[in-house]
Amino acid sequence: MPDDLRRAIPGTTLFDGAQAMKGYALNKMCYSFNSAANRAEFKRDEDSYCARYGLNAEQREAVRRRNVLDLIAAGGNVYYLAKLAGIFGLDVQDLGAQQTGTTKDAFKARLEAAGR
Amino acid sequence: MATIVGAITTSHVPAIGGAIARNLRDDPYWKPLFDGFPPLHRWLAKVRPDVAVIFYNDHGLNFFLDKMPTFAVGAAPQYCNADEGWGIPTLPAVPGDQRLSWHLIERLVGEDFDITSCQEMLIDHACTIPLALLWPGSGGWPVRLVPICINTVQHPLPSAARCFKLGQAVGRAIAAYEEDMRVVVLGTGGLSHQLDGQRAGFINKSFDLEFMEKLPTDPEWATRFSVRELVELAGTQGIELLMWLAARGALSGEVVTTHSNYHIPISNTAAGLMLMESRIA
Repeated sequence: MPDDLRRAIPGTTLFDGAQAMKGYALNKMCYSFNSAANRAEFKRDEDSYCARYGLNAEQREAVRRRNVLDLIAAGGNVYYLAKLAGIFGLDVQDLGAQQTGTTKDAFKARLEAAGR
Repeated sequence: MATIVGAITTSHVPAIGGAIARNLRDDPYWKPLFDGFPPLHRWLAKVRPDVAVIFYNDHGLNFFLDKMPTFAVGAAPQYCNADEGWGIPTLPAVPGDQRLSWHLIERLVGEDFDITSCQEMLIDHACTIPLALLWPGSGGWPVRLVPICINTVQHPLPSAARCFKLGQAVGRAIAAYEEDMRVVVLGTGGLSHQLDGQRAGFINKSFDLEFMEKLPTDPEWATRFSVRELVELAGTQGIELLMWLAARGALSGEVVTTHSNYHIPISNTAAGLMLMESRIA
């Protein structure tokens, strides 16, 4: 690998070729949520929608649990996952709070503190 | 001859689109961001650019993982915005400048940049939010657009050094364009932020401020870091500072910052803004 991408950054999964292969079906489903009709279809019948995109068991379970860290571990890319999160009315601060195991208010306070 | 009037670099946080739609410019949360823009409005009214060449990164509107170009140059008659899935209002289509697009494509390929040309290209919030911030409420865009998309979705990403060189090549191509026009170069994204992982919420004020300080006079400072190092310093999405380096690259001669703003937080992001201009000796 030309860069030093393989050296881990704590709490960070770089979306590389391995993740892109692993998460292809999940990310393809999330990409489809650019369309309002597809979002409605997912809400109407989540099981069928996930099956149509061929999600594996790990991906299906992560979607069922609305768990961002599990979705990332299953190959999800945050830009596509954000479209899935939008269906559930979650913004990036909800996602941040969930991933860091804190409340949204505490997460926002942490962001504010970074400016001081 | 075409001339570059300057380069503007700005964050493109999606939530800004919602704040514009709900007219929250004077809201205490949003005011420190929006207050950075009136000096740019005055500057743009003075220099009156005809075209904006914009370095940005697509977030899964135009490009999916089936085909992910490292560098893509728009060559469309117009660029439409569309639903990105999480609810910010879409903005009217922006006219393109196909002749300039193909000139850039020819020059870039001529300089050994292996770019992808796009005669159809949806533009996402990374284009529309900066345009809405720079030309608010004008009801019809006063500039034509040439979008240049740099992949920050899927690693390996192009290096900081490569993005800076791309910007330099774009600067040379514009300077060599025979038609009289004024071009503003935009670079959007950043500064430090991270949306994903246990490190979500990461912001690095001291790095951002050093980056902004060095960008006009010593842009190559940032090109010494690998992409991985920049992710570590600025966050997984802070890597969008590659767009700032490309935009800076388009300027030649002595470059000075003539306006800047920096505020934490806007959504999960350290929001930065700079206007850089060349001083011809």
